[in-house]
Amino acid sequence: MADNPLLTLRGIRKRFPGVLALDGVDFTVRAGEIHALLGENGAGKSTLIKVLTGVYTADEGDIRLADKPLQARSPAEAEEAGISTVYQEVNLIPSLSVAENLCLGRQPGKLGFIAWRALRRAAKASLARLGLDIDVDAELGSLSVALQQMVAIARALDRKARMLILDEPTASLDEKEVADLFRVMRQLRADGLGLIFVTHFLDQVYAVTDTITILRNGKLVGEYPTSSLSHLELVRKMLGREDYSEETGAHAAAKRALAEQPTVVEAAQLGRRNAVKEINLSIRAGETLGLAGLLGSGRTETARLLFGLDRRDSGEIHVRAKPAKLGSPRDAVRHGFAFCSEDRKAEGILPNLSVRENLILALQARRGAHRPLTRAEQEELCDRYVKALRIRLADTTVPIRTLSGGNQQKVLLARWLATQPCLLILDEPTRGIDIGARAEIGALVGKLCDEGMAVLLISSEIEEIVELSSRVIVLRERRFAGEFSGDEIVAPKLIHAMAAGGATS
Amino acid sequence: MNATLQRKLPQLATAAVLVAIALGASRMYEGFLSLRVLTNILTDNAALGIASIGMTLVIFSGGIDLSVGAVAGFSSILTVTLIEQHGMHPLLAALVSLGICTAWGLVTGYIVHAFNQPAFLITLAGMFLMRGCAYWITTEAVGLNNPMMTSLAGWELPLGSTFGLPFSAATLLVVMIFGLILGHYTRFGRNLIAIGGSEQSALLMGLPIGATRIASYGLSGFCAALAGLVLVLYTGSGNPSFGLGLELDAIAVVVIGGTLLIGGRGHIVGTILGLLVFGTIQSAIIFDGRLSSQWSRIVVGALLLAFVLLQRILVKRLKG
Amino acid sequence: MKKFWGSPVVWPIAGLVVLTIINLGFNSAFLKITVLDGHLFGVPIDILNQGARTLVLALGMTVVIATGGIDLSVGSVMAVSGATAAMLLSHGYGLSTAIVAALGSGIVAGLINGILVARAGIQPIVATLVLMVVGRGLAQLMTGGDVVIIKNPSFEYIGNGFLLALPFAAVLAVILYVATHFGLRRTASGLFLEAVGDNPVASRFAGLPVARITCLAYVASGLCAAIAGIMATANIRAADSYRVGENTELDAIFAVVVGGTALTGGRFLLAGSFAGALLLQTLTQTMYYIGVPPAKATVPKAVLILAVCLIQSTRTRAWFSSLFKRRTA
Repeated sequence: MADNPLLTLRGIRKRFPGVLALDGVDFTVRAGEIHALLGENGAGKSTLIKVLTGVYTADEGDIRLADKPLQARSPAEAEEAGISTVYQEVNLIPSLSVAENLCLGRQPGKLGFIAWRALRRAAKASLARLGLDIDVDAELGSLSVALQQMVAIARALDRKARMLILDEPTASLDEKEVADLFRVMRQLRADGLGLIFVTHFLDQVYAVTDTITILRNGKLVGEYPTSSLSHLELVRKMLGREDYSEETGAHAAAKRALAEQPTVVEAAQLGRRNAVKEINLSIRAGETLGLAGLLGSGRTETARLLFGLDRRDSGEIHVRAKPAKLGSPRDAVRHGFAFCSEDRKAEGILPNLSVRENLILALQARRGAHRPLTRAEQEELCDRYVKALRIRLADTTVPIRTLSGGNQQKVLLARWLATQPCLLILDEPTRGIDIGARAEIGALVGKLCDEGMAVLLISSEIEEIVELSSRVIVLRERRFAGEFSGDEIVAPKLIHAMAAGGATS
Repeated sequence: MNATLQRKLPQLATAAVLVAIALGASRMYEGFLSLRVLTNILTDNAALGIASIGMTLVIFSGGIDLSVGAVAGFSSILTVTLIEQHGMHPLLAALVSLGICTAWGLVTGYIVHAFNQPAFLITLAGMFLMRGCAYWITTEAVGLNNPMMTSLAGWELPLGSTFGLPFSAATLLVVMIFGLILGHYTRFGRNLIAIGGSEQSALLMGLPIGATRIASYGLSGFCAALAGLVLVLYTGSGNPSFGLGLELDAIAVVVIGGTLLIGGRGHIVGTILGLLVFGTIQSAIIFDGRLSSQWSRIVVGALLLAFVLLQRILVKRLKG
Repeated sequence: MKKFWGSPVVWPIAGLVVLTIINLGFNSAFLKITVLDGHLFGVPIDILNQGARTLVLALGMTVVIATGGIDLSVGSVMAVSGATAAMLLSHGYGLSTAIVAALGSGIVAGLINGILVARAGIQPIVATLVLMVVGRGLAQLMTGGDVVIIKNPSFEYIGNGFLLALPFAAVLAVILYVATHFGLRRTASGLFLEAVGDNPVASRFAGLPVARITCLAYVASGLCAAIAGIMATANIRAADSYRVGENTELDAIFAVVVGGTALTGGRFLLAGSFAGALLLQTLTQTMYYIGVPPAKATVPKAVLILAVCLIQSTRTRAWFSSLFKRRTA
């Protein structure tokens, strides 16, 4: 690996209203290397990539590509300069042929007319360069996501690219497809390109990259040669706080003798193609089961199967010892399940409806249209939860979209608490909300358990899991990777299981 | 299955339907399968065919143009009035009509694109506007007496000893070829399909979305106006109520031709086949003489449903 | 009061007021209502009577649009329902049989639309286009392509009769609005409709039967179309399957949009649709009184709808607010 920097970013700073997304980040990519860019959610990876590709303009700092200052104001300009990007979402036209997708906007021909033969020839050539054997006449949408990614890479490289950014390209690929992708990546490295690889799969980082740059909370943690950084160190650096104490969440774990409580939900061998494999879990009344794992480890997918949002390919679920179908969310709600999604905007709020309507929706859905809650009942419910959860608003008739993220989250929590569920699934309940609201939601989870509710808590924040859970299941690469209870629930052990596997160590 | 074959499946299905109907009809009615009947189908449906080509281009990009029937009516009455009552040269009158309608199409496209309004609502308003304007010119049909136009209406490209290809059918053929080239051999046409397939992706690929989309509505306006002129030649008059329901037939033809109404997938050849299916059904019903003409609507509707469901299954299978 | 001024219903009502003033300029007796044979007569009564069909259609359309859909088939369903009633009556069946069958045809039509949209996942414009094309053909087939004359005084009453001195059709339309209002707002159905239209994914997460709700909305629209079809047929005492309900789907959609219900779904305003339908009918009548033939009267309608669309668009609003800011700054 030659040590000549191809791309250098110095002191990049980018501020959004209320957030400093990037705080003086340095980043260097050399020609002929594959460089992993790592960090948990909110670390600033995607902002950095958007600055690089001209979607955002940095507030401060300078970017140099091959020793020339780079000032891209759009992805098109970045591409012109030699920086191409392939996203997880394939940004191609699924209904057109592979050949057309490769050449759209730059078809060979004169005066706007297309020379189809030359186009197919050019398409074949650019696929052959990557050693790909894909029928150029096939419809893009009929290919696997992996092959679509390859086509996207081939298109990105058509323009004499010098830098290729791969933004989570492997999120929905299987092992063989990943291997194919890596072969192409290594070939490009050999051709002297600089590659930036963003992924959540740490095994893949070790399999293919030369260098790792870690970001956390918008700051640079450091740059390390991949070979000299152990799995464990890597995860610690990503999560921050390398000095995790052996302190257990005494508050939650110690005080509950749960053995005699009835099991609310028991799931055996849950599985769904490209989502999770062989997940076993059971939750007792009055306990908080933490579901830990890095992004992409299958946490949300597990919750979706439990709530009937996706159909499971295999496995059985028992609710209070009786087999349950759970074919739809409606089924799940009838069994007394509740699910606060991590994607508040898409899967939670009804943006234009009032806070009150949002709050009563799940309870009303369970009661049916013909047994409406009276105005007085609605107001009573709203009053109770606005007080109990300390939701800050002037009036419950305002549209929910006008509330802050934390207050929206509390309204959604209230929506489910109003149904008095036996199982509450919380997927990243504190993401994107302020510290005060976080503490309140944490306290609430403890209180609910004391009242006998079962809680399934999904969180990327180790502290949150440690503090609130009475038992923890760790998932890694879409599989079960360990279970911890009582005194075993300490950050180092969980991190170890998240990183390398093995329930005991 | 061969990839190319699979991509062409909707059009092949249309072709199969066409062959089945044509063979069935020729079995039942003697002399059905002849060049003369084909010429008649093309002549009788020239206006519909021309409007359908424009509609196809708009639908490629995921839009829709409900104003084509009203635009055809407007252009017919405007042209004839200009010629007969204002003594304008026929060629100039035709150009004025085509120009106004194209401009209106561009305005529609601009409103849809720049103000991010639903195409069907804006073109619906366009339909009301153009129909009203047509009646504003005159509420009665106006006969065509201009010698140049009447001779043009009577002109035929001789095909056999006893019949020929009338000017309107010839125009349809020209528009078909024009549409085929535009839709499939130019960047413009491919950009249209790309926008319909995924506007977000098209944007990231750096394609000119606004100009392309607005131009497609302009072209649809042009085609609709041309359809109106063909109706003038076909009937020897201009009439503000020409083209009532033309937009529905055009959409049906496009969908039966295998073009996806949400955009991003389709072929001009499919539209041509769809037009032939449409025309063949109608002439078969006329040939029969016993079946009432309402059956053609019902058969067209049933085909429409069948093709919509077929496409739905195809799209689902591709995604799944 | 503040709530009233903030509501989009203000716009169609303001339009109505403006139109009334214009009309009074042409005809000082515009608002005058006279009593003749115990019935009320006058321009406002005419408007109510002639507008009854659009009112009923707009009612069903509002429900469908609330779910984020659209129903293009209502005009054709009107023709089917009218033809069904007329054929049964002319074959000697009783009035109630004829009306029940006509309403049933509307329900079936709505069910077909609903299944295509909610179960088969076809987008609403396309799904309802099928019935729009087929429906009229079916109606024409039923009547043999002729105009079927109906001689049944009770049936005719639906279109031309008077109840408590008011036109029966108008009374029926108002009753339907009131009933629907209570049916939706006194139960949770209205909330469910708005939830599905506002965010179908989140509604599914909350445990709502999204597909069933969507399907029922189309059934409601089909039923309204059938009622409107009966009204129209009774009004002219004949089933004219060519002309009945022609372009009425457009009037209904326009009434809903002018009434402040967004085509994107979610919040719906029955009162807005009511005012919108009346506004459109008044516009048509105004043209008629000024001496503009109905054929030309579509121009102001189109201008009105284009204006409403442009005013509502975010781009225009942003432009206005920037204008305002510059002034104040």
